[in-house]
Amino acid sequence: MSTFTFGATMLVVGMGGTLLTLYLLTLLIRGLTRLLPARPAVRAPKP
Amino acid sequence: MVDALLSGLSALAEGARHLASAGGPNLIMIAIAATMFYLAIAKGVEPLLLLPIGFGCLLANLPLSDVMDADGVLRTLYDFGIGNELFPLLIFVGIGSMTDFTPLLANPKLLLFGAAGQLGIFLTLIVALALGFTKEEAVSVAMIGACDGPTVIYVANLFAGLEKIPTAMVGALAVAAYSYMALVPILQPPIMRLLTTKKERATPMPSVKGTVSPAARIAFPIVVTIITGIIAPKGLPLMGMIMLGNFMKETGVVTRLTKASENEIANISTLFLGLAIGGTMNGPDFLKTETLMVFGLGLLAIVVDTAGGVLLGKLWYVLSGGKVNPLVGAAGISAYPMAARLVQAEGQRWNKQNFLLMHAMGANTGGQIGSVMAAAIMLSVLKGLGVI
Repeated sequence: MSTFTFGATMLVVGMGGTLLTLYLLTLLIRGLTRLLPARPAVRAPKP
Repeated sequence: MVDALLSGLSALAEGARHLASAGGPNLIMIAIAATMFYLAIAKGVEPLLLLPIGFGCLLANLPLSDVMDADGVLRTLYDFGIGNELFPLLIFVGIGSMTDFTPLLANPKLLLFGAAGQLGIFLTLIVALALGFTKEEAVSVAMIGACDGPTVIYVANLFAGLEKIPTAMVGALAVAAYSYMALVPILQPPIMRLLTTKKERATPMPSVKGTVSPAARIAFPIVVTIITGIIAPKGLPLMGMIMLGNFMKETGVVTRLTKASENEIANISTLFLGLAIGGTMNGPDFLKTETLMVFGLGLLAIVVDTAGGVLLGKLWYVLSGGKVNPLVGAAGISAYPMAARLVQAEGQRWNKQNFLLMHAMGANTGGQIGSVMAAAIMLSVLKGLGVI
């Protein structure tokens, strides 16, 4: 494999793969936080 | 008797004779070690790393030193924890247990800044190849753009173990990586100012809304490990260890292990790693044109990383109708929490009502995941291409 082919492959697949994977993770995190939402703090009743 | 005394005295002077006759490179390395001590002690530049690296360098460059010979103390440390990538991975457990991903979970799109902040890795790789570095050397040098010392050492050692890059290069890469991490406060602000307008820098951002449940924080490291492990299995040790540390922290049921990870284990690994890396910095092997090129390319990588993040921030600023401050993009590197604090300081400099810290923390933790992911993807692609 030529150096140019190697460099171009790493740039496209490497940077593209990183971007796509992190985008996928943003979607998964969004799903995760919706699936497991934070419950509002329950205030103790006043005596 | 007199002969024996003279022979004994001559043996004691052998080191000095060696230094005077052929020790020029070693003397330069001792001066470099002294510089590292000065930076660590007087300037507070990454003292946890530069001090042991400097001392390892000193030990390896004293005349007739056998610390890096077979069974030498630094060689033993090197074989025990660097040659097999153990120490960087143990440090990663500590990093994971010290990192709070909550700002990222509250605003997951900030993770994209963590991707843009890796642009320097891939562009530097192209430049390194153009300068004549081999594929493995170019990848190792480019990893300085991860702005993440353990990742750089992990990748470089993988290649050194396969005898694809010289062992001495690992020391140069480690010193360059940690030096530039320490220089982030000096390197980033001019790039931020150069690429943004005053109006963009003064853009206020609303506070991060919503809280994240403990269950989501616990599930996060498991999800990341599984997904990234499936996509880039060669990076699983890196991502797995950082997520293990974070998983232990978030569960809260293994406090002793969490504390050990962020203190004893990380500290011991850092000490041994620094000493062993310093041991690889032997004068005749280290003082080469390639070393200077490594430092030059490392600088390029960090600059492009910052530019990548800020440029994505500018794009976001336009697409959001001026609701995103482009400075936040500069935090999409792995230097945590330094880069986030810098963004906060820079934002406040142009608008006193600007509180960018939580957004920047999200981008910064995104940068940590992004740098490890970039390394993982690179290694997996290299395996796919049959390079490793």
